[in-house]
Amino acid sequence: MRRITFMQAINEALAQEMERDPTVVVFGEDNAGGAGAPGEDDAWGGVMGVTKGLYHSFPGRVLDTPISESAFIGAAAGAACSGLRPVAELMFVDFMGVCFDQIFNQAAKFRYMFGGKARTPMVIRTMYGAGIRAAGQHSQSLYPIFTHIPGLKVAIPSSPYDAKGLMIQAIRDDDPVIFFENKVLYAVEGEVPEESYTVPFGEANFVREGDDVTIVAIGRMVSFAEQAAEELAGDGIECEILDPRTTSPLDEESIYESVENTGRLVVVDESNPRCSLASDIAALVAQNCFEDLKAAPKMVTAPHTPPPFSPTLEDAYVPDPERIAAAAREVVEGAGARA
Amino acid sequence: MTTVDTARLREPSKEELLESYRVMRTIREFEDRLHVEFATGEIPGFVHLYAGEEAIAAGVCAHLNEDDYIASTHRGHGHCIAKGCDVKAMMKEIYGKKDGLCHGKGGSMHIADLDKGMLGANGIVGGGPPLVCGVGLSAKVRGTKQVGVAFTGDGGSNQGTFLESLNLAAVWNLPCVFVVENNGYAESTSTNFSTRGIDIAKRADGFGMPGVVVDGHDFFAVYEAAGEAIRRAREGGGPSLIECKVNRYYGHFEGDAQTYRAPNEVENIRRERDCLDMFARRVTDAGLIERSELEQIDEEVRALIDEAVEEAKAAPEPGQADLLSDVYVSY
Ligand SMILES: Cc1ncc(C[n+]2csc(CCOP(=O)(O)OP(=O)(O)O)c2C)c(N)n1
Ligand SMILES: [Mg+2]
Repeated sequence: MRRITFMQAINEALAQEMERDPTVVVFGEDNAGGAGAPGEDDAWGGVMGVTKGLYHSFPGRVLDTPISESAFIGAAAGAACSGLRPVAELMFVDFMGVCFDQIFNQAAKFRYMFGGKARTPMVIRTMYGAGIRAAGQHSQSLYPIFTHIPGLKVAIPSSPYDAKGLMIQAIRDDDPVIFFENKVLYAVEGEVPEESYTVPFGEANFVREGDDVTIVAIGRMVSFAEQAAEELAGDGIECEILDPRTTSPLDEESIYESVENTGRLVVVDESNPRCSLASDIAALVAQNCFEDLKAAPKMVTAPHTPPPFSPTLEDAYVPDPERIAAAAREVVEGAGARA
Repeated sequence: MTTVDTARLREPSKEELLESYRVMRTIREFEDRLHVEFATGEIPGFVHLYAGEEAIAAGVCAHLNEDDYIASTHRGHGHCIAKGCDVKAMMKEIYGKKDGLCHGKGGSMHIADLDKGMLGANGIVGGGPPLVCGVGLSAKVRGTKQVGVAFTGDGGSNQGTFLESLNLAAVWNLPCVFVVENNGYAESTSTNFSTRGIDIAKRADGFGMPGVVVDGHDFFAVYEAAGEAIRRAREGGGPSLIECKVNRYYGHFEGDAQTYRAPNEVENIRRERDCLDMFARRVTDAGLIERSELEQIDEEVRALIDEAVEEAKAAPEPGQADLLSDVYVSY
């Protein structure tokens, strides 16, 4: 099958949905780029180039914005209630700080507060994650905060295939969706069908099957879990890797099903550990699979610190395959395991 | 909008002029060198260079005492240098080293030194102005004569936090100065697009404070306007807004191909409106300073930056324990 990058997969999803549905609009800072400037139009296509080319293909439907996230993220919510399907870009998720009200008090609440009368079909595309030495205000993995809010859906693709399918699903979905793009994954290539398709929300992907330990991993952590599993297989430990793909809705059933079989759980989450996806999934499993557990669930996360700048420190901050393998080993054969 | 009341301003002394020139030259040399070093791949992360805009940081900070505060932006190296941050420690920070000004935890976008009244470069556009309102409040409540200055870009001036801060500072009559560095672009987006062609200084009218536009290439224009605004703030006269029209010599960040700019745009500005050239011409034509005195500073600065880079490259990395330290004062 054709191979394209994670970035191209998102771009293609946007283009195909814009082609299919004239109510889909795309906006954000420098999403075209060069607005009002003497040089080239569509000069950037977004700070990383994800929206490049859409400006010329869809005249009037790709808009640059001033640096006013409260206004344009809120405008996405308003536009969604009044006939459009906006895809707004919050360049780095860290910038949620300047516009969160429009997301969690406005967009997220309409449906429930208005007694089921509202539909808010908006997507917020946003970058997350450490790894590019961008320090404390450009490297956080803040998806647990959004997952916490009823009314928001949260998608976190780990591969080009999922990126395209989840994006198309997100655009067609009638609820506000926060779409998390790990900036380190943009250049990753994978097989992606040319035709349009969706990946349903709330359906975990069984990335690898195994009987000894369940590893639930999210976003960039999925490939790290695969590397760990490969290493452990050499020692006869078979890992089952689940990628939830969306954290809200969360495919709890698949997780429980896997843990019932393996009796052991490791959750890998790039965010900080307290009130994280890792702590959430570990708690759900402890509550729902207690009888099946042969060891206490383990979490592999970033530490409880902001992301550091120095490459040495940042490399130690992000969970890596070695830490995942060590955690898996411990639940299988270490002190954490019950006899 | 008001005009600057020059009658009340003192001319800078020769020593002060030499010092301001040294600040501008240090910033230029620092940034030009980073431009070269970044291309080698040795510098991690995002680097936003201030070259071309030196007259603003130097002209404003010339009026500030060590215990006055400034809040900076992502394009912060110039503000740091002008406010007295240690250049070698800054360089180490940019290289992510343990002895960097923030122990390698912040990098270019977060250089800070509270002992020097430098509240930090900022990765969040519009992050600084509210902090400066707080500085103003603190000075007012404690009855000091300190002043707070917020630097913001043209792009940042469209952020709610900036506009809310103008209003808050006016309402509380705070000793604050808001300096907008209008370099024509926010990333690749032109100011013509994002502010509908009006002077950003005009926004001051809407909040009931004085606002002026000055040529940000001209040290003396900035010096005068900032002197007036800072004096007013110190004397209890409340906040002001200064818009400095200026140009950015390099890309938004290092690695920006800048296809949105006109051909020769930067070359022309460098030739005609370079702040260091304009300064040198003015002070030598007026017979205030000899060319050789400036050249001596140039040489000293070049040596300083050479050493700073060399030492930064050789400096030790942070250790693993540094990852977990300094999250809280106590916990
Ligand atoms: C809240 C927030 N939004 C967006 C960005 C991304 N960003 C960083 S710098 C920048 C442009 C800033 O332009 P301006 O304020 O004019 O400053 P300049 O870069 O020209 O000095 C943008 C959009 C950010 N860092 N923070
Ligand atoms: Mg600007």
